[in-house]
Amino acid sequence: MTVKTMTVKEIAHKVLNNEELFLLDVRTEDAYQDWKIESEHFTYLNVPYFDLLDGVDEWIKQLPKDQPIAVVCAKGGSSQMVAEMLVEEGLTDVYSVEGGMKAWSEHLEPRKVSDLKDGGELYQFVRLGKGCLSYMVTSEGEAAIIDPVRMTGAYTDMAEKLGVTITNVFDTHLHADHISGGRTLAEETGAVYWLPPEDAGDVVFNYQPLRDADHVQIGHSNIDIHALYSPGHTIGSTSFVVDDTYLMTGDILFIDSIGRPDLAGKAEDWVGDLRETLYTRYKELSDELVVLPAHFMIMDELNEDGTATEKLGTLFSRNHGLNIADEGEFRRMVTENLPPQPNAYQQIRETNMGRISPDHEEQREMEIGPNRCAVR
Amino acid sequence: MNTEKVLDAKGLACPMPIVKTKKAMKDVEAGGILEIHATDKGAKSDLTAWAKSSGHELLKHEEEDGVFKFWIQKGE
Repeated sequence: MTVKTMTVKEIAHKVLNNEELFLLDVRTEDAYQDWKIESEHFTYLNVPYFDLLDGVDEWIKQLPKDQPIAVVCAKGGSSQMVAEMLVEEGLTDVYSVEGGMKAWSEHLEPRKVSDLKDGGELYQFVRLGKGCLSYMVTSEGEAAIIDPVRMTGAYTDMAEKLGVTITNVFDTHLHADHISGGRTLAEETGAVYWLPPEDAGDVVFNYQPLRDADHVQIGHSNIDIHALYSPGHTIGSTSFVVDDTYLMTGDILFIDSIGRPDLAGKAEDWVGDLRETLYTRYKELSDELVVLPAHFMIMDELNEDGTATEKLGTLFSRNHGLNIADEGEFRRMVTENLPPQPNAYQQIRETNMGRISPDHEEQREMEIGPNRCAVR
Repeated sequence: MNTEKVLDAKGLACPMPIVKTKKAMKDVEAGGILEIHATDKGAKSDLTAWAKSSGHELLKHEEEDGVFKFWIQKGE
């Protein structure tokens, strides 16, 4: 019996368009509690597939008759089996999510943020499954990519579609929650790969050091990427001011949260840097700058159109992490009671340094789960 | 460990390791031990959760050259 499938792209569109869906998640309870496909408009039921092997009778009355049901598991095998069982029981509007949570983790949705001057464009790539945000800035046939993820095809496909050549690739910092696509993308396209040198002490490949106040021009016109040293999440963390309008904050400042300083094991050392970046360096910038972070944690951080952007001035009034007057309290918030660290974050850091080279399948496994780069 | 039965689930992808384990467990006496060999990375968390929900006990597990081995004692 063939069962209909739903791609993660279709799921992503349902999430971003606020459509309803009944999601039957057949992974273990732990896996489900830890990480799932998030949407306010979805209805959820979690029953591990192994509890359904003897039959679905017991659960079928909990499933809707008049609404599509998407079955999801870790990789797509168990959801297929469960969907088949449901179809055999007479349900018709049942889909197995192709590739499961692994595919969900890898899916990228490009969203146009804005036009830039002289025909330039700015795109945000939303990785819904892991909450990673990366960017493409185009100008006169050239493109820069900021914080690219492992699935570099998304950027090269987009560059081809727009008829632009990727000339510069940046990482705002050495990532600990996901594997950077920066080096690979630069190798594939011949672009220059920029990395803050303070984060690159242990890397084993060549890169272009990106320092405070450096300017990189994209295209012939003046779309300028201006580096602003902003340590705290890591010691090298660097922000970019793009086209005098956008502030790419990396993992320092998010829409509804701030970066955590502990993923390289140096929370106590870096909390002072984080405080200074957020409360002094960013404070000196124009309130009109539009913040473009490298992550979002909860769906509420996304705008109606699926992008994650907000004016810096608005964040200074609304983001709790920017409104803690007492330094001691700030220190406690970002060093105590932190959420668990991201899955395999040490191995991910070493991979991003080029010190270990896990194969494709191992890289996928390492990235399972939410990103957890923020404190709220 | 007194293994009563060995199940080779190597090369099988989810959900087959659990499907086969469940079937093999039927031939094991209460208190008996089933040894399972699998290569699927998801097998560990799934077998652990399955054993718990089915009243069996995961006594031990180890990894050797990419093969995960599990010893599960059948519940009463």
